[in-house]
Amino acid sequence: MSFQDRYTLAYKTYPYEKSPDQDLDQPVRHPVVVAGGGPVGMALALDLALKGTRVLVLDDHEGIGMGSRAICFAKRPLEILDRLGCAQPMVEKGVVWNLGKVFHHDDLIYEFNLLPEGGHKFPAFINLQQPYFEKFVLDHVRALQADGLPLEIRGKNRIDAVEQKNDRAVLTVMTPDGPYRVEADWVVACDGASSPIRGMLGLGFEGEVFKDSFLIADVRMKANFPTERWFWFDPPSGAGASQLLHKQPDDVWRIDFQIGWDVDRAEELKEENVRRRVADMIGQDVEFDLVWSSIYTFQCRRMTKFHNGRVIFAGDAAHQVSPFGARGANSGLQDTDNLAWKLKLILDGKATSKLLESYDIERIHGAEENILNSTRSTDFITPKSEISRVFRDAVLALAQRHDFARPFVNSGRLSVPCTYDGSPLNGPDALEGPARTRPGSPCPDAPLDGGFLIERLGDRTGADFQILGIDVDVPKAFEAHGIGCTVLSVSSKGNETLRERYLGDAESAVYLIRPDQHVAVRWPAWDADAVRAAIARACALEV
Amino acid sequence: MGKLNTTRNVTRPDDVYALLIEAHEGKTKEESDAFNARLILTLMNHIGDEEVIAEALKLAEG
Ligand SMILES: Cc1cc2nc3c(=O)[nH]c(=O)nc-3n(C[C@H](O)[C@H](O)[C@H](O)COP(=O)(O)OP(=O)(O)OC[C@H]3O[C@@H](n4cnc5c(N)ncnc54)[C@H](O)[C@@H]3O)c2cc1C
Repeated sequence: MSFQDRYTLAYKTYPYEKSPDQDLDQPVRHPVVVAGGGPVGMALALDLALKGTRVLVLDDHEGIGMGSRAICFAKRPLEILDRLGCAQPMVEKGVVWNLGKVFHHDDLIYEFNLLPEGGHKFPAFINLQQPYFEKFVLDHVRALQADGLPLEIRGKNRIDAVEQKNDRAVLTVMTPDGPYRVEADWVVACDGASSPIRGMLGLGFEGEVFKDSFLIADVRMKANFPTERWFWFDPPSGAGASQLLHKQPDDVWRIDFQIGWDVDRAEELKEENVRRRVADMIGQDVEFDLVWSSIYTFQCRRMTKFHNGRVIFAGDAAHQVSPFGARGANSGLQDTDNLAWKLKLILDGKATSKLLESYDIERIHGAEENILNSTRSTDFITPKSEISRVFRDAVLALAQRHDFARPFVNSGRLSVPCTYDGSPLNGPDALEGPARTRPGSPCPDAPLDGGFLIERLGDRTGADFQILGIDVDVPKAFEAHGIGCTVLSVSSKGNETLRERYLGDAESAVYLIRPDQHVAVRWPAWDADAVRAAIARACALEV
Repeated sequence: MGKLNTTRNVTRPDDVYALLIEAHEGKTKEESDAFNARLILTLMNHIGDEEVIAEALKLAEG
């Protein structure tokens, strides 16, 4: 039996150990098996385990993959990871940036600032190598496991078959000691873009492949480029049709070269050829080490449904986007945020699997938004027809001299969380409040009592809802349909930011906030019956 | 300073740009050229003001 690694490891964090389960005749039943221990699987497992659910992670490798891949992590995922307790070391290690610049040849034609407003605990973006990102999550998991976190990770456990039953899924798992079987109430497939589980269930993954390739090089050098995202169309170096330069920790820079569709990959990836391109770009006399390089083609596609019987898909397994906009891992983490509390309520018998319909609706809405934005950016960067290139070049030409053309320049629209407009879990908006906090919105942060609002919202260790009362009387605690609510009562006095983001012209407000920090409903005043009904609605309960 | 509006005037630039590119999808070069001509004439009629059109023509010269 062969057990070849498909990629090199950066950290061997969960070496194979034989589990006693492998010697049993009957498969052991688990509430949740997470298939795949990438960033998405691990975040989901941590979220569920913190909520008290026993989770088993199966991964076909023994740790974290080498290739950096993702480098840009957005504010919303950092807020999610902060709820899980591991965002701080990421921000400390990461490179904080807000500013993007776009050049055409040598000329600066467009600039964007991602977070022009204050009052947020987290920056718009940090850059951090994906292996570091995964390592910080795993370190946190290890620390909590020592205190009894109910999370088990099994390395070199490759899922080779899935069988769907009415009330469970049965997995056949290959290990260096041979195969065994595992049963789970729910399997969450986080097994990446080429998801073997998707294949095993015969489910499709439709979308668009872009006819271009990108050579990605991470180089270590001492350079004085600022910590901004720099993107060139038709760069003066001629080292690619477009180029991206972005700083990472440890003096490492990410450089992307758009090199065309018909390329000899092996030839392009030869070290001397990669070095030549890099030198053409940064200057022949700049010394650098090549840390990692790879060639990618990009696609935007998704499954038609993420929830299939006892198997639920999340992250790249469910949807894939081109990296312009950094929407891959960032949106995958939002899947986990959306799913964890719903699964917890279902496993506790407080909600039914009907609640999972909203996972499909909300996260497909998110995936569509991400695919739309990534597709448009990729179409702009690699125009797919002659006329599309003519317009693209016209935009670039006009943008050099005319401000009005600059908003059309699209080198990537960077990841922002999606608002679940129209979700069946939302109640009707009963407050004449700001649009950004309407039902379905992720709660925007605001300063509060010397800290931040975001730290005080959402439930780390369960699936309680949150009631936020602003300038209004609310009860100290609340429960409905067996679902608890923690209550936060605050004053907007002297807190203009809170007022602007949560009240607008309203005198006062009561917000019902889901465990994933999205607004379910809001009202001008406390109304227990309305809150009770809203909780039922937000949990898809038939009452 | 003329009458032509050269400040940002489109609320959702990505949406509008996508409409334009999609309109050209599947067209040959000739069809696209003809389409562009019809489009420009239609927009000229919408603008109406000869001075504005003259300024736009000048701006597009580069
Ligand atoms: C060049 C590039 C740049 C990117 N930049 C960004 C960025 O800046 N920001 C961003 O947010 N995203 C970015 N992304 C996307 C990001 O890397 C992915 O979205 C992210 O890794 C997806 O995480 P995942 O956990 O869903 O899947 P993966 O990371 O692919 O993890 C899947 C896991 O499942 C395991 N597995 C697979 N099959 C089996 C099996 N049969 N049994 C058990 N385990 C299995 C794999 O070994 C792996 O550990 C980029 C991607 C690329 C290629």
